[in-house]
Amino acid sequence: MPDIEFSDSRLGNPLRRRLLKAGAAIGAWIIVSPALSASEDLTTAISHYTGGAAALPGRVKLDVAALVDNGNTVPITITVDSPMTASEHVTKIAMFNEKNPQRDVIRFSLGPRAGKAEVSSRIRLATSQKLVAIAQTSDGRFWSDSIDVIVTLAACIEGDV
Amino acid sequence: MKYSASGRKGIGRIALMAVAAGMLLPVIAASADQGQAPAKDSRRSGFEFMGASTQAMQVNEALNPGMLWVKDGEALWGKAVGKSQLSCAACHGDAAVSMRGVAARYPSFDEGLKRPIGLSQRIKLCRVNKQQAEPLRAESQELLSLEAYIAYQSRGMPLAPPADARLKPFIASGLQRFQQRMGQLDLSCAQCHAERAGQRLGSSLIPQAHPTGYPVYRLEWQGVGSLQRRLRGCMSGVRAEPFAYDAQELAELELYLAVRAAGMKMEGVGVRP
Amino acid sequence: MASTVINVPANARRGEVIEIRTLIRHTMETGFRPGADGRIQPRDIIQRFSCRYNGEQVFGAELFSAVAANPYIAFHTVATESGTLSFHWEGDNGFSQTETAKITVID
Repeated sequence: MPDIEFSDSRLGNPLRRRLLKAGAAIGAWIIVSPALSASEDLTTAISHYTGGAAALPGRVKLDVAALVDNGNTVPITITVDSPMTASEHVTKIAMFNEKNPQRDVIRFSLGPRAGKAEVSSRIRLATSQKLVAIAQTSDGRFWSDSIDVIVTLAACIEGDV
Repeated sequence: MKYSASGRKGIGRIALMAVAAGMLLPVIAASADQGQAPAKDSRRSGFEFMGASTQAMQVNEALNPGMLWVKDGEALWGKAVGKSQLSCAACHGDAAVSMRGVAARYPSFDEGLKRPIGLSQRIKLCRVNKQQAEPLRAESQELLSLEAYIAYQSRGMPLAPPADARLKPFIASGLQRFQQRMGQLDLSCAQCHAERAGQRLGSSLIPQAHPTGYPVYRLEWQGVGSLQRRLRGCMSGVRAEPFAYDAQELAELELYLAVRAAGMKMEGVGVRP
Repeated sequence: MASTVINVPANARRGEVIEIRTLIRHTMETGFRPGADGRIQPRDIIQRFSCRYNGEQVFGAELFSAVAANPYIAFHTVATESGTLSFHWEGDNGFSQTETAKITVID
């Protein structure tokens, strides 16, 4: 694998050009995809996801502790207010972040068989930042919720023990 | 090495009284101000210093990532290994029965080494001496899984280090080490975890450093680790040369911490930041 | 085979919405992290998770590097009939694992 300099993951286009030049040998994660662009900001990432459609605030509730114990493992729960019937249900939910090396966090696909539009996972946060949850309902509309999370570093930096 | 029996007993007793006094003093002082009889134990598990969502991660077995190690340990318990082709189960049967309360009684005095050893060391010795198998490396996934599985069998039980007279000099040594400044930052365990528990280091709340949750799933490690690893991490944090895994110094510290936390409930595989 | 912890109620009433909670052992190496030698460790994550209920997919997830190690995924599904729930994880370096759980649905 060729040496890759990563002095700043948000170098954007110049970095992408070097990586693309380094060729396919680099590995799967450099596959060109809107979600993986380090230079893309949060708004652009969401816009890609919704195909340009507006995501209306509401119906989605993003549940994260305001102050997390450790950024390595942050529990999250996303709930969407929906009857989850065949005619009216949530089809997909996605979560985006503001300051990690990559905007995408996790995406879910649901349907009327879900019964309840509530999903949970645990995520990594590199630093204090904004998180956004976007849900699409069966009528094609997009909904959103956002939250600001404070992440602190461990007080003691320990070596490799 | 021979010790004067009364001298050593005296030091041990005084040491334990000092510990007890140190722990109870703030409570007694507060109660005296209010004119009430002192009664409450001021010791608090690290569990109580965590956020609600981390606490939920620990208490709910469907959420606790440490259960992945417990499950691995359960599988290893029944696996025949080494020249003996004995599994742990071959001698110890059903762990839920034979190992109930065992982790609560460690560190204990080892006849062969003539000093206290922790649970992980006991597992390692069994592996080599009884099972005649390859030794397990410290902090290896196999050793941690077995330790997690065995500690899980003592969940909810009070920590009960053995009342073994032979352990007394080692408890005294552990207490001394707990109070000893070390490293480039020149800090002792006591300065943070006894004098400043409940205050903050950076933005983190300083816990009292009780070992009730070990082996622990530490969010910082994104995996399970032993108390030895945590102690070495703290030493590294104050820029001291960490004691080697299985060193007598670590066993003495572990023993002292167990005595200091005696009676507190064990938490199975805890979760900590 | 990575260890998993899967929490599914053994029984449910027909039409009841049940919660399923899954844990799987996986380091989820992000692909952004330098190792001890300073070189970036290659990415090694679980990328996809799906749940099938008697063969039909009822839930899916796409995971990225920001999902924490030992991924926890919890979701809901309607208990429609007795049968088998099957859970499938796949990701980098050919990672692929399937686990199943039985469910009994009573009227």
